[in-house]
Amino acid sequence: MLIRKATDLTYADVTPKPVYLNRRKFLQAMSIASATAVLSRRLYEFAAPSQTALAATKFSGLIKSPFSTTEKENSFENVTHYNNFYEFGTDKSDPAKNAQNFNISNWVVSVEGDVAKPRKLSMDEILKIAPLEERIYRHRCVEAWSIVVPWIGFSFSNLVKLVEPTPKAQFVAFQSYYDPRQMPQGRWAGIAFPYVEGLRLDEAMSPLTFLCVGMYEESLPNQDGAPVRMVIPWKYGFKSIKSLVKIKFQSKMPPTTWNIANPQEYGFYSNVNPNVPNPRYSQARERRLGEFFMRNTLMFNGYGDQVASLYNGMDLKKYY
Amino acid sequence: MRAILTSKWTKVVVFLLCLIPLGGLVWRGFHNGLGANPVEFIQLTTGRWTLRFLVLTLCITPFRKLLNLPDLIRFRRMLGLFAFSYLCIHFLTYLVLDQSLDLAAIWKDIAKRPFITVGFLGFLLLLPLAITSTAGWIRRLGGRRWQMLHRAIYFAALCGVIHYYWKVKSDVRMPLFYGALVAILLLWRLGDWFFRRGSTATKLSPQRAPANPSS
Repeated sequence: MLIRKATDLTYADVTPKPVYLNRRKFLQAMSIASATAVLSRRLYEFAAPSQTALAATKFSGLIKSPFSTTEKENSFENVTHYNNFYEFGTDKSDPAKNAQNFNISNWVVSVEGDVAKPRKLSMDEILKIAPLEERIYRHRCVEAWSIVVPWIGFSFSNLVKLVEPTPKAQFVAFQSYYDPRQMPQGRWAGIAFPYVEGLRLDEAMSPLTFLCVGMYEESLPNQDGAPVRMVIPWKYGFKSIKSLVKIKFQSKMPPTTWNIANPQEYGFYSNVNPNVPNPRYSQARERRLGEFFMRNTLMFNGYGDQVASLYNGMDLKKYY
Repeated sequence: MRAILTSKWTKVVVFLLCLIPLGGLVWRGFHNGLGANPVEFIQLTTGRWTLRFLVLTLCITPFRKLLNLPDLIRFRRMLGLFAFSYLCIHFLTYLVLDQSLDLAAIWKDIAKRPFITVGFLGFLLLLPLAITSTAGWIRRLGGRRWQMLHRAIYFAALCGVIHYYWKVKSDVRMPLFYGALVAILLLWRLGDWFFRRGSTATKLSPQRAPANPSS
């Protein structure tokens, strides 16, 4: 190694020792401080995973629905801490963390479009539309996992009858609440908000199509679509739109969020169909949360007896 | 610094540090900490650590040169083999827990789902590198050929990034982050190669004539 003598430097150029030492100390302190901050936060989260404080309303006198499955329900913990609600972040654990302070007071759902009696419904009014039922449904996500959930609500057809759609109404368009200030994580989701969904009117009138206000005998937790959402058990989970603010009856097929984002993968119908693969998920099988191995996915998520007739004569490979 | 890098104990410490992610998974497994979908959690965690270790492995050469710490080379093989080990866990959970070792289904799945295809390709690229990582294989292949072969790690890392990018539904921030890291490292490598070739050519040419007077 070549050691050069610097001729152009004098003693005056030498950094004073205290300054030199201070800089070292400062850098050391900084790196130690930031490392401990990150580490301790990690450790804290690791040891005490965030729990959601729920101010839930208990429901009583619920009607047991004949449409309920007898399969084993998933735990409340699983259903509330592993789900998609992209407005609150794209990780499965994000909604539980980020939806805690979601403000759902003074909620209004606007029912409009081709109807004889448009309404702006408060939550109190929605809860009085029909007697509340408990429906235990299988819920199949497009990501090839599934859960069994005891939802609370009533058939959506009750609401449809209330507003009296005109003959022009062929489709129902749904829209979620979106407020970037309350949902700052939504900016990174990679899909456009507000989230929109839709059904054909005859699909919406199926007794299985469910307007949902609660689960596990309580009002809906924020992260699961409080205070009111749809549940459509024979379609992939993303069709079951959360935190509803608008229901519009119309003659045209409405745009739907995931179809806009990626039309090759997500169609308007999005019926659970083990024979139509998605480029990411084969869809032939699914993992029921709580099980290690995968189980076969059923056509229409096992609800074919009730809904297959809606699609008579339709090529479901084409209309996926 | 040199003494630290060349110490036998540093290697042991680095080895143990590399085991922390695996230890974390095992600890979580015994403490109900893998969440509602443990299989997915394990797959995501091991997949991310595979990418991280690949990036770390690729960092060794630039860091050796930029920081003038040639002894960092002592950790390259270990980091690369850890990348491969985490990849093996990742791949095994897919084979056993997702596909129940049904070979026909696995083959169909690899052929049909693009993100699985490219992930499998990455595994195939890393497999020979892991096998030929020993000193014996370096000797058998010869330094030059061994080095050529091991450049495949760049393609494996790219496969990993594409695999991740195609896997996510819409939030592409993490895949893009790893993609950017791999791209920077690859570009640095290309730039280094390009400029070195240029500079060695100009340096060597005047010496060449007197060095070989007899030819």
